[in-house]
Amino acid sequence: MSFKAKFKRWFHSWASPKWFFEKSERWLPWLGVPALSLLAIGLVWGLIFAPEDYQQGNSFRIIYLHVPAAILSQSIFMMMAVAGAINLIWRIKLADMAAKHCAPIGASFAFIALATGAIWGKPTWGTWWVWDARLTSMLILLFLYLGVIALYSAIDNRETAGRSTAILSLVGLVNIPIIKYSVELWNTLHQPATFKLTEKPSMPAEMWVPLLIMVIGFYLFFGWILFKRMRAEVIEREFKAKWLQKKLIEN
Amino acid sequence: MGEFESFQAFIEMGGHGLYVWLAYAVGAVVIGGNIWWVGRIRKLAEQRLRKYVRRQELEG
Repeated sequence: MSFKAKFKRWFHSWASPKWFFEKSERWLPWLGVPALSLLAIGLVWGLIFAPEDYQQGNSFRIIYLHVPAAILSQSIFMMMAVAGAINLIWRIKLADMAAKHCAPIGASFAFIALATGAIWGKPTWGTWWVWDARLTSMLILLFLYLGVIALYSAIDNRETAGRSTAILSLVGLVNIPIIKYSVELWNTLHQPATFKLTEKPSMPAEMWVPLLIMVIGFYLFFGWILFKRMRAEVIEREFKAKWLQKKLIEN
Repeated sequence: MGEFESFQAFIEMGGHGLYVWLAYAVGAVVIGGNIWWVGRIRKLAEQRLRKYVRRQELEG
């Protein structure tokens, strides 16, 4: 079989909830176990062993929660839009399930990023909140997520709900580069990005290595919880299917 | 203990303890809530499936 044919087959297998339900059972521990380990290592390293910041003192340790949550909340939004687009173009049910469940998880991480940012802002800037570009565009991200959740649950027809929210998330993508470049384009209190693809981080390795570990741990946790949610969604949609009844009731 | 002289110093975080622990408490509650929620929707979906199967069996 040619590579193209193999790829096509792999792509189409994603259209089958049955294939996903059976495969994902085996994937879960490969996401969950490393996620838990990395988060444990990153937390201990970040909270106890990383040196304190010479300007911010120990309040800087909030970074190990704030930055991974902020990065992840933006990645999840992009994934939600891509899954929505796949659902719009190829009508793949699994893509709709993924997009639907990206929204509440992404909203959770956007909320963590905003809340921890506010808590970090108080000792660092002397204020919980300023209406600057970075903070405002992150708040808009949270509202976009809430809008997607509200729209999905307001429409009874599943297909219409999936397509409408897909369009909303594709439009909402505009906000992602605004968040990214907000610290460079506008005057802001917010510090610039810690990780850049083209440059070495400006902080010492004892500080950024645990941060990188936390970021990877957060991504793996997202994969784990997204698959858990999608599996529940498969049961909810396919409860009349014999293969699923057999699988769940025999165990 | 790592960067800190004592457990007490670790909790106090050089005067920033309230902020650091409040931030991590928010994170723990939101992530814990997410894990709890996925267990709940899974349980409800399975209950629905079992109910449906039982009804099918009764109707023969």
